[in-house]
Amino acid sequence: MTPLFEFLLRQGDNALVLGHRTSEWCGVAPALEEDIALANTALDLIGQTQLWLGYAAEVEGAGRSANDLAYLRDVYDFRNVLMLEVPNADFGRTLMRQFLFDAFQVPWLTALQGSDDQQVADIAAKSLKEAQYHLDRSSETVIMLGDGTDESHARMKAALDYLFPYAGEMFADDAIDTAIRESGVAPLPSTVRTQWNETLRRVMNEAYLTIPDTTFNHSGGRTGFRHTEYLGHMLATMQTLQRSYPGATW
Amino acid sequence: MYAQMVKSTGKGVASREDMTPEDRQFQDRIDAGEKIEPKDYMPDGYRKNLIRQIGQHAHSEIVGQLPEGNWITRAPTLERKANLLAKVQDEAGHGLYLYCAAETLGVSRDEMFEMLHDGRMKYSSIFNYPTLTWADMGAVGWLVDGAAIMNQVPLQRTSYGPYARAMVRICKEESFHQRQGYHIMIKMAREGSADQKRMAQDALNRFWYPSLMMFGPSDKDSVHSAQSMAWKIKMNTNDELRQKFVDETVPQAEYLGLTVPDEHLSWNAETGHYDFSEPDWSEFSDVISGNGPCNVDRLNARKTAWDDGAWVRDAMMAHADKKAQRRMAAE
Repeated sequence: MTPLFEFLLRQGDNALVLGHRTSEWCGVAPALEEDIALANTALDLIGQTQLWLGYAAEVEGAGRSANDLAYLRDVYDFRNVLMLEVPNADFGRTLMRQFLFDAFQVPWLTALQGSDDQQVADIAAKSLKEAQYHLDRSSETVIMLGDGTDESHARMKAALDYLFPYAGEMFADDAIDTAIRESGVAPLPSTVRTQWNETLRRVMNEAYLTIPDTTFNHSGGRTGFRHTEYLGHMLATMQTLQRSYPGATW
Repeated sequence: MYAQMVKSTGKGVASREDMTPEDRQFQDRIDAGEKIEPKDYMPDGYRKNLIRQIGQHAHSEIVGQLPEGNWITRAPTLERKANLLAKVQDEAGHGLYLYCAAETLGVSRDEMFEMLHDGRMKYSSIFNYPTLTWADMGAVGWLVDGAAIMNQVPLQRTSYGPYARAMVRICKEESFHQRQGYHIMIKMAREGSADQKRMAQDALNRFWYPSLMMFGPSDKDSVHSAQSMAWKIKMNTNDELRQKFVDETVPQAEYLGLTVPDEHLSWNAETGHYDFSEPDWSEFSDVISGNGPCNVDRLNARKTAWDDGAWVRDAMMAHADKKAQRRMAAE
């Protein structure tokens, strides 16, 4: 696998896995407006998946399509960060995760707009508009729920405590990131950490939530070395038709 | 539209002699094709009837997300997943327009949810059937959205302004959904493998009669229709619309190479329509009265979602209050 292919899988799998998780909310959100917003977010993310994985398939040049990459890879070939594959749990954790990811995506996609790779720059520009809207909504919701009732505050605190050790993986540079930087495709992910920290501090402050005092980070998703047990179940559901009826078109 | 057996006054059409002067004037406006707006005079029965009908339609959009949500996580390609997500998003949006239209008649969305949850208000019988294979996503789009469109298109001319205007937006999206559903059927029934063809036929077998039931009971048994038609809340009779649906759908099934599960189905050159078998009306009354395959589970899913979301709604209200208080304290 070339570094560019790996890099594109990382972008595409993040969008796919979070898009899928978000789509699990269909029809059962706390309010009709939230149903619409969640479906809309999932739709944006699946759209981004098509672009990233479509380009990945092209770069790979092995005759696979975006759908092949989404539906016919197993757990160890996925390159999303672990935070995005853990279950939704309640609405609070779903939106806290969305916020932690959006706060990364906005500066990250902003940086990718300057990529030397024109396709990467184009996909980033298109996705950024959506990510900006997602960040506005997730920040606002996290603030409302953090600064709502005692119960909502406790739930948001639990969500942040659970997710925070997963967030660091978004910034964990490795050899692929270094190669990608050298080829001018993208900066190191760690370079957007300062902006992420600022957004996090501002929003948690308004939400009356305390950022956990831990430096521990889970890892293994973006390298594919060790995913959580949850991803296999997600893929079993997501890939069922493609696996059960090989070669069928839908 | 997804309204069946909407209770009207239960007394048949009021005669002009029995009407108050205000009611006569109201009926004249309707007969002249004028739109009734929220602040205009309207008879109590008209208001109640509309609330029931719009409410039933709104609830159907919301409950209708569930059988499709059942397949969003298993959609076979990224394109299909995106299409289905867009469709359920549209449906939630339709629910929103319709609840807003009903609110103009003086009933809040929360009140309507309460009536749905405690069984005082209903949703369409069609959503009490399970979606078992991917072909059901095709069949639901093709048949269920197709049947809904038959009702909705004339309702764009209904007498109540906010309802008519909501219906204009809804119709545009529904016909798009129907085409998407039919496209799924084409891929499976015409171009698909033997397995896919079997799935497509199986879906048609299960959804054909429930789709015919969507139009409500036969005209001779439809006790609520006449007054609704006089008020232009309902624009066509159940049997008219059912016939139109059959006439349009049978050639589509033929194009797909599928067999409509009705041995009595035949073209009647004399009437220029298809003759077809009535659905099993005892099954219909079972489903309407709560004993369909999924009634209990669908309603429980909605109630659970509502109860599980209470802390979120409470928190949003509490946050809005806190913000208002802080603003006042700062001034």
